[in-house]
Amino acid sequence: MSNNSPHITDYKVLAKVLLVLMFLTFVTIEITSIDLAAFTVTIALLVAGIKSFLVLSYFMHLKYENLLLKILVTMVFVLFIIIVLITFIDYSFR
Amino acid sequence: MNNTEHVSFLEHQGKHKGILAWILSTDHKRIAFLYMYAIAAFFLVGAILGLLMRFELIAPGETIMKPQTYNGIFTVHGIIMIFMVVIPGLSAVFGNFFLPILIGAKDVSFPKLNLFSWYLFMFGSALAVASQFLKSGPPDTGWTFYAPYSTTTGTSVIIATTAAFILGFSSILTGLNFIVTVHRLRAPGMKFFNMPLFPWSLYATAWIQLLATPVVGITLLMLIAERLFGIGFFNPDLGGDPVLFQHLFWIYSHPAVYIMILPAMGVITEIIPTFCQKKVYGYKAIALSSLAIAGVGFLVWGHHMYTSGMSEQARWFFSLLTFIVAVPSAIKVFNWISTMYKGSIDMKPAFLFALAFIFLFMIGGLTGLILGSVATDIQVHDTSFIVAHFHYIIFGGMGFAFFAGLHYWFPKMYGRMYNFKRANFSVIALFVGFNLLYFPQFIIGVQGMPRRYFDYFPRFQWAQILSTIGGVILFIGLIVMIYNLVKAARSGEKAPANPWNGSTLEWQLPSPPSIENFDEDPVVKENPYDYN
Ligand code: HEM
Ligand SMILES: [Cu+2]
Repeated sequence: MSNNSPHITDYKVLAKVLLVLMFLTFVTIEITSIDLAAFTVTIALLVAGIKSFLVLSYFMHLKYENLLLKILVTMVFVLFIIIVLITFIDYSFR
Repeated sequence: MNNTEHVSFLEHQGKHKGILAWILSTDHKRIAFLYMYAIAAFFLVGAILGLLMRFELIAPGETIMKPQTYNGIFTVHGIIMIFMVVIPGLSAVFGNFFLPILIGAKDVSFPKLNLFSWYLFMFGSALAVASQFLKSGPPDTGWTFYAPYSTTTGTSVIIATTAAFILGFSSILTGLNFIVTVHRLRAPGMKFFNMPLFPWSLYATAWIQLLATPVVGITLLMLIAERLFGIGFFNPDLGGDPVLFQHLFWIYSHPAVYIMILPAMGVITEIIPTFCQKKVYGYKAIALSSLAIAGVGFLVWGHHMYTSGMSEQARWFFSLLTFIVAVPSAIKVFNWISTMYKGSIDMKPAFLFALAFIFLFMIGGLTGLILGSVATDIQVHDTSFIVAHFHYIIFGGMGFAFFAGLHYWFPKMYGRMYNFKRANFSVIALFVGFNLLYFPQFIIGVQGMPRRYFDYFPRFQWAQILSTIGGVILFIGLIVMIYNLVKAARSGEKAPANPWNGSTLEWQLPSPPSIENFDEDPVVKENPYDYN
């Protein structure tokens, strides 16, 4: 609200983020060839989580938004994590 | 207000004429009317299907239809009532009309998106209706589309789920619009805690619409993919897990029941202080309990799955969470009653509807606790006890709140007043008919009458007959109510700007309001329910 002028992110920063994202995609693919049993999915989800964090912060400019918006988006992710965890109370004890 | 110059939004002459002036209008008030007429029509269709089921059930065995027809009818009844009537109902009609006015804004944040949501809604509804008439026959899965049956039945499941998918998008966009509106368009000087409580409940609801609806969208797409391409998500024959479908479905559909009831609570919270001429009791508690319901409501979906083979640990955990969500609902009930205490109560029809709401909602909520505890739920799951529980909440709650809101805001929306005697008659007929229709279902539910069955043992017949009689009385009440309101809209007496001496912003405007709502900046009060 306070910050109405569009924020311009340096292309170099964006390029670096892009590189990191590509690297993480590579990790996601490679992880499937190592046998980690149930942890494969956990790690794949973690990597995907980091990637969405980067996309949201840099490409979608959340990093430069006001605090309220950051809190709201964080809450959504927290809620999502809680829902997944609760679902696994069923699947891990069956 | 200078009424010689006042042009209401109903008379306002825009770019288009005739019907186009409505279906191309981006005015939030006109869009509210569009939703209202569509929803009223769907509601009547759904109600007639309900009556048909009641006549089928008046005696054991086949009476007026074949078993497969019965399966189709209860499914269609559920799809229409849930996805096309009660989920959009209050937010799309009264939310659209009154959210901007109550927070002192000229419109919602994205008026065109708002109109687009209505088109999506109509398109989805048309598909849902079409699924009834296709050669493959109406879907017969129940509104819950449980897998694996829904992945194998030959009926039009794909069209029906596509319809629900599109209706979901309409709901998401409305939610998004309302969130942004509340954040950005409050009148100067109106902080969050100066907002009236109906906007608060709409705000909490909007978050649920935005976050929960995509889950059901994806679930229904998975179901379609499974049917079309044989991907094994849910069908155990293909290596899938049918309980996964139930998880995904209820992760949306339990929060969805709060999409229905939260705005209803908001409407009641507007009505009670007005007809008691008293400040609402516990403003902050009511506002925050809306958010609490929205939040905790996300975490209790498993209570629909106690008998579906979920792990022991998950069952007691969901039971615990379910009991927690009842607390904020109870807070609201106590606050309404405390608001009435020592108020100067005026028994107008809208207030009577609100009282009926509280009574019926409490029966629904308390039976919800019986269902929330695993041991008792296993006894009554999938019996008519469930049917009674959710009709008490949804029809007795959301439905009666809609009627209450309609009688409360009617003079503001149409600028005309209805006949009180006839309105009182309809409250009584609806209330008596409703209880006669659904209460017996609790009793035979405990005795083992299964839900969604076309036939039953003769020992349940006494209750089925009572229910059918109740259904007819209820329907008569509905017809009288609709007749009364239609007549008033056409030729009722002119209504004053503030017939009930209300204190919130809509009553500062002429009835009906002008196209821009506020010709001068509204005066924002510290507490919106200040009657001094
Ligand atoms: C205090 C609050 C509530 C509690 C504790 C509660 C609990 C439950 C439980 C445990 C069930 C599952 C029963 C079974 O299938 O065996 C259920 C079913 C249901 N409830 Fe509630 N409920 C509450 C409020 C509501 C509200 C507010 C609504 C709607 C506005 C609602 C709508 C429904 C519906 C639609 C079903 C049946 C779904 C189906 O299987 O078709 N409930 N409730
Ligand atoms: Cu539920």
